Amino acid sequence: MTHYRFHILCCGGTGCKASNSAGIVRKFEAVLKEKNINDVQVITTGCFGFCEKGPIVKILPDNTFYVQVKEEDVENIINEHIIKGRKVERLLYTDPKANAHISDSKHMGFYKKQMRVALRNCGFINPEDIREYIARDGYAALGKVLSEMTPEQAIEEMKKSGLRGRGGAGFPTGKKWELARTLVPNAEQKYVICNADEGDPGAFMDRSILEGDPHSIIEAMAICGYCIGATKGLVYIRAEYPLAIRRLQIAIDQAREYGLLGKDIMGTGFEFDIELRYGAGAFVCGEETALIHSMEGQRGEPTIKPPFPAVKGYNGMPSNVNNVETFANVPVIYLKGADWFSKIGTEKSKGTKVFALAGKINNVGLIEVPMGTTLREIIYEIGGGIKGGKKFKAVQTGGPSGGCLTEKHLDTPVDYESLAAAKSIMGSGGMIVMDEDNCMVSIAKFYLDFTVDESCGKCTPCRVGNKRMNEILDKIIKGNGTMEDLDTLKNLANVIKDTALCGLGQTAPNPVISTLDNFYDEYLAHVKDKKCPAGQCKDLLSYVINPEKCIGCTACARKCPVNAITGVVKQPQTIDQEKCIKCGTCIDTCKFGAISKQ
Amino acid sequence: MATIKINSQYLKEIKEVCASFNYEKGQLINVLKKTQEKIGYLPAEVQMVIAEELKVPVAKVYGVVSFYSFFTMVPKGKHPISICLGTACYVRGAEGILHEVERILGIKPGEVTPDGLFSLDCLRCVGACGLAPVILIGEKVYPRVTPNQVKAILDEYRK
Repeated sequence: MTHYRFHILCCGGTGCKASNSAGIVRKFEAVLKEKNINDVQVITTGCFGFCEKGPIVKILPDNTFYVQVKEEDVENIINEHIIKGRKVERLLYTDPKANAHISDSKHMGFYKKQMRVALRNCGFINPEDIREYIARDGYAALGKVLSEMTPEQAIEEMKKSGLRGRGGAGFPTGKKWELARTLVPNAEQKYVICNADEGDPGAFMDRSILEGDPHSIIEAMAICGYCIGATKGLVYIRAEYPLAIRRLQIAIDQAREYGLLGKDIMGTGFEFDIELRYGAGAFVCGEETALIHSMEGQRGEPTIKPPFPAVKGYNGMPSNVNNVETFANVPVIYLKGADWFSKIGTEKSKGTKVFALAGKINNVGLIEVPMGTTLREIIYEIGGGIKGGKKFKAVQTGGPSGGCLTEKHLDTPVDYESLAAAKSIMGSGGMIVMDEDNCMVSIAKFYLDFTVDESCGKCTPCRVGNKRMNEILDKIIKGNGTMEDLDTLKNLANVIKDTALCGLGQTAPNPVISTLDNFYDEYLAHVKDKKCPAGQCKDLLSYVINPEKCIGCTACARKCPVNAITGVVKQPQTIDQEKCIKCGTCIDTCKFGAISKQ
Repeated sequence: MATIKINSQYLKEIKEVCASFNYEKGQLINVLKKTQEKIGYLPAEVQMVIAEELKVPVAKVYGVVSFYSFFTMVPKGKHPISICLGTACYVRGAEGILHEVERILGIKPGEVTPDGLFSLDCLRCVGACGLAPVILIGEKVYPRVTPNQVKAILDEYRK
């Protein structure tokens, strides 16, 4: 790669692609060709993480980070930066605190506290070219394991690293591999399964890894195959992730072509190959027994463990299931050593964790931090604080199985134990920030809607119990809740927690329990005063125009989609409450602050 | 088995899909996915053909089709609309957008407009949380949508 003067890296992750990054790449190529510039290479990479400011274009070697680039800006970047060597100031990131441009991403608040291990190659390489992965030490870990270590030694190294499953429960990876190797020693076939069925709404880290660095997963699965004695690998991936599927398939084909998958890998006699299996949209399939049933072509319903997959998994054979992020950590551990890895993080949670930081926060994006970083550091330093200067209210971790944490939890270090102690969970890494405008009862209902939708229906506590809880929440939101309902809600939540069959059911009440614990006042306001303090529950609020502030410009009346606002021009307007659908368009339209929610 | 009313071209295609997976029962989900890609949806007749080809009970095929949200038994509209109801979009007001689309088109999620132009579905996270709330029409992603933009967006497809 040395003969290029510049490398122009364009983010090809899902977020930036949605904002026309492919058009930007084409434009760069066209303009370079037109100007006859041959010593500049344009590369489409995986996600840079800073989705809030996408599409992102980064220029190497000077590491200049351009944000919110449009097709029209391309010519300018080439003329100024590439030809004249001057940075295009207006496209640089502006630091909100210092109100100054920052060109090098290393100095941006968003990246300063981050440490990229699982995401090490995302945004650096072209994921569709195996040579770029190899140039960044790709497949060197596989070579090292195959030629220098016995499977037992390799498992020992993994145990020593302290890596724990990144899918949610945090089971030690080395221990899992050891069980898969030893419990059934003479199995005729074993399987390595990669769980890429990222179902947590609002989480996209696994997708970004698959899209940005697919070879790291292939390499890790091969290493795992060597350790447990499997020759076959299966990736269970969501059919809704077309780009990830395409990049992974390209990567598998290239690895086969280079002899890094197939028979006699690197001349060591080790055989391993990978196939894709599609998940068809069922959250419960993230549970490993349900996932295995789905891969066998059945309904994805969980079964009681034991038997664990390490004894009886895919097609009845011993199988080892790890998720994408867990696998993404594996090659680095063998390259840099277990000691290096175990120095990162806290006593019981080693390494880093990737989070999809989203919601009411200034810097939405994909971040990776050492375990033990506090929620405050993540939200205020990396995330840049709350959007629009609003007040922080809660942060939800762990998706539908997790909980909502509040202001008083902000100094909680992010690791498996601390989050559990605060009654939330690590989960797969969704982290949603909410502000004063979000109603916590509605949030609890939102998650429960999801669980009710996704319940497989096999066990009664989950199938019926969650539905009953959902009905009670609906009643509360509509202003018909009673104090008795709050008690029923609590009891039901605890029964479901204790009696549901699988992880999905057992954790489904968590959003309700944690909001009841931390935001009981808000429930009371709904039940007793029939008010929604956040102003979100439509049945509990009405929009009114303050006649003293309204100048009668009729801007709101013209924008109202249901013509609910009437009145004489230059006179105060009124809202017909019967017609009003409470969409909020009028509030956004009014320039005089005359409309409010009550 | 009931008489199968299905055009011969589709019949041929479904049989080819089953053959390409070696009639393996374990490949049922992949067979259904491929078939849906070709035909657009999986009505009862199609499920019967697949059941017969793979030698599994129709009930099992139906059980799988109805279990996974990816599979649909009704055809989609010419322009399928998907509203992202992932958490990131939800906290930034996706529900309001859903209500507005429902109001304008007069259909609920899972339904198609009478003229067949639009169908409406909700999905959980498209991974563009930085652009929340988003809606998809076909493959096109509309970022940072507000309820009062919905009408104009839909009108683009009515021309």
